[in-house]
Amino acid sequence: MERYIRNVLMCAGLLGVVASAAMIHGTQLARAAEEKNAAVSITIDNFSFTPKEITVSAGTTITWVNRDDVPHTVVSPDKKFRSKALDTDDQFSFTFTDAGTYSYFCSVHPVMTGKIIVK
Amino acid sequence: MGNIIKENLNPDSIDRRGFLKCMAWAGTGALCVMQGGVLKSFAFGPGGKIDKAAMKGDFAFAQISDSHIGFNKAANPDVTATLREAISKLNALPQSPEFVLHTGDLTQLSKAEEFDTLDQSLKSVRTGRIFYVPGEHDVLNDNGVQYRERYGKDTKGDGWYSFDHKGVHFVGLVNVMNLKAGGLGSLGHDQLEWLEDDVRHLKHSTPIVIFAHIPLWTIYPEWGWGTDDSQQALSYLKKFGSVSVLNGHIHQVMQKVEGNVTFHTAMSTAFPQPAPGQAASPGPMKVPDEKLRSVLGVTDISFIRGKHTLAVVDSPLAGG
Repeated sequence: MERYIRNVLMCAGLLGVVASAAMIHGTQLARAAEEKNAAVSITIDNFSFTPKEITVSAGTTITWVNRDDVPHTVVSPDKKFRSKALDTDDQFSFTFTDAGTYSYFCSVHPVMTGKIIVK
Repeated sequence: MGNIIKENLNPDSIDRRGFLKCMAWAGTGALCVMQGGVLKSFAFGPGGKIDKAAMKGDFAFAQISDSHIGFNKAANPDVTATLREAISKLNALPQSPEFVLHTGDLTQLSKAEEFDTLDQSLKSVRTGRIFYVPGEHDVLNDNGVQYRERYGKDTKGDGWYSFDHKGVHFVGLVNVMNLKAGGLGSLGHDQLEWLEDDVRHLKHSTPIVIFAHIPLWTIYPEWGWGTDDSQQALSYLKKFGSVSVLNGHIHQVMQKVEGNVTFHTAMSTAFPQPAPGQAASPGPMKVPDEKLRSVLGVTDISFIRGKHTLAVVDSPLAGG
């Protein structure tokens, strides 16, 4: 009987460990999933990117939407990403998987610059 | 010609008051005459007529700019119609242009069908030939490959070239390619080297006309209205007695005289843009429908031999 109880307790303990491990793992998975699905929008309006500078966590997908009557582009000078010319209401998305600072500009109107900081 | 600006027209300095008046009249039917770096301005007389005989040159050419075929927003839903009106204006000039310069932004989005529509429309221009330089809207997505296939067959690099016409040396430059983050228009090292070489053999007395899309003088850097390395280009032209620079891009008339160089920007045939700093951005400006044709137009230029003179007339499509 004693042995049985000990086994049950051990089992329970093990279960607990497994359960907590599963929970931790599950939380991490959830957070990762959340980051993976994180979506941030940057508006292109009046020849500027708004917000001009933004900090996001790794895995975030950023979508630029052009609200101007003029085509713009979203171009990383070190060729990490490059959109085609975006006409009015066109969008461009890019998922930032690695930490770092990513400067970009509009190759049509290079006075337009922006920055993404990925943590 | 009772409206000639008479102040300070000595050969060594700029007629500042005349220049300012010319600026004020520009776009509403002014005539600006450049002689040896001095800009003289004339307004249309009381009858709205100018003494054309006095201004008649040895030959005339015209400039049109910023047709933006494909643009269909509020600032002008029918840019093909206004281009056709601009062509009618050119065809009605008293002295037919021997050729026409289109200073870029032929299209809105570099689409094949937009180039096709432009070509179809320009077939009706009564002139010997049309010369082009690209605007930033003509080289989207393909680094200008399509533009050069259509308009740049005999050009160098990204599409720059020169030609001589009746003793005047014309140079078409490209300043809309390989732009750097935070910068303005750019000519780039290769083009600058070519330009230096291109003008090296010319006599100092040869009149030079440079044309390019983005202004080659800094008008308003906050809006990108200038070219990073234009000073380098102009340094190769210091030896010449008469240099005229014709640009588009800013969709309004502006002029400046700097020593031997006269700068001039043309109206668009499509839509106006705001004066520097007078709006949140340089985007297309909506004006009342009845005013649109007074802020679109063409430029005709006659060359008067012996006086080193270019007479530049900006004519709006209507109301001038």
